[in-house]
Amino acid sequence: MKKSVYINSVGSVSAQKTYDNSTFLDEIVPYEATELKVVDPDYKAYIPPAAARRMAKGIKMSTVSSQTALKEAGLENVDAIIVGTGLGCLDDSAKFVSDIINNDEQFLTPTRFIQSSHNTVAGQIALGLGCKGYNFTYVNSAVSFESSLLDAQLQIENSEANNILVGGVDELVDHHVQSHQLIGHFKNEPVTQKTLLSSNTEGSIMAEGSHFFVLSNEKQASTYAELKGVEIYNSLSLENLSSQVQSFLDHSDTELEAIDLVVMGNNGDSNFDGYYDSLNQGIFKYTPQAYFKHLSGEYDTATGFAFWLSSKIIKTQTVPDIVKLNSLEKPPKTVLIYNQYRGQNHSLVLLKKC
Amino acid sequence: MSELKQELKEKIIEQLNLEDIAIDEIADTDPLFGEGLGLDSIDALELIVMLDKDYGIKLADPKEGRKIFESIDTMAGYISEHRSR
Repeated sequence: MKKSVYINSVGSVSAQKTYDNSTFLDEIVPYEATELKVVDPDYKAYIPPAAARRMAKGIKMSTVSSQTALKEAGLENVDAIIVGTGLGCLDDSAKFVSDIINNDEQFLTPTRFIQSSHNTVAGQIALGLGCKGYNFTYVNSAVSFESSLLDAQLQIENSEANNILVGGVDELVDHHVQSHQLIGHFKNEPVTQKTLLSSNTEGSIMAEGSHFFVLSNEKQASTYAELKGVEIYNSLSLENLSSQVQSFLDHSDTELEAIDLVVMGNNGDSNFDGYYDSLNQGIFKYTPQAYFKHLSGEYDTATGFAFWLSSKIIKTQTVPDIVKLNSLEKPPKTVLIYNQYRGQNHSLVLLKKC
Repeated sequence: MSELKQELKEKIIEQLNLEDIAIDEIADTDPLFGEGLGLDSIDALELIVMLDKDYGIKLADPKEGRKIFESIDTMAGYISEHRSR
């Protein structure tokens, strides 16, 4: 018999002040920009200076969010660490490659090489904890976080692990922003929280963030919600989207009418927000709707923010006004997250109050 | 020599990301490893690359590094004697 999967804790560093678990979007950080950096926590309170000096930003953010999640779960170690990242510690990767070019393949330093591998974050967390268990990093573009989530879900359901630290991280790098603005994947004109969805232009607002969670086979006082299902589709046509959502809900033994809130990944890209519109005006027309990328910005693991948001909503039974996409309201006991990026890498994640 | 020592302190702080340390906090005789600046084996590799890149000095025997990297004084002395750049 499959075991239940509980979200026992959360930890988040994002463009909002999410690093403090005692608050829930009480204060919104405004912006008028084309890119969003995270609100930095006091890294020195979490990381010794000697260790911090060699850490890329992605590792620093993840150290804070993973420590926050572990502390809230009351754990000093876990059975497995699973991390999703679209681009890894991109800043050091770029510097390492630049060094190769600028120095004619000579004088390569070890630090940037160590930091530039995608699995650095999972490795550093394991070293910090002394965790010798399963350690895996998924680099699957915009479903990297969901891939990690799926792995963790399967391991817990099949009794291969009791407690798993699972998360997603991506950092913002100037070169990446500039190149993606050139090809129209990110907006060239500044937007605000209020104008992102109505901008009617190509691309989105690029950002960064790190979100970690302890998933467990046992419910405890700190538990936020139960993870009921995760599915990933690398390609999915607009015509088949609604039926695929229905199929996912059938597979999860959940009626369409039972969805109390659908959290959508609208990112203001006029070319691809139609996927969300088709659901919002179709099968979820009479369902309360929320969105999150006007707060988090867009990055490969932005669904980590949606997972954090949905967990908080279920635990507090509160939907902050700032995330509401329509005026419908229901007590949020069952929450569905739907995301896609540029018409590819679609994901559905289902959470339930427990 | 004092210019070289100043340059080495600047390079060490910058290349090893010693953000919380100011140049005047590093004495010429302070041990760079262990109780002094607290550098480690990865830093040693960074310093070996720095000697090669900036001063044209290739350390054939890594054990040599132990003496050379004892302090700013010993580094400056070795570089002055062996530099090709």
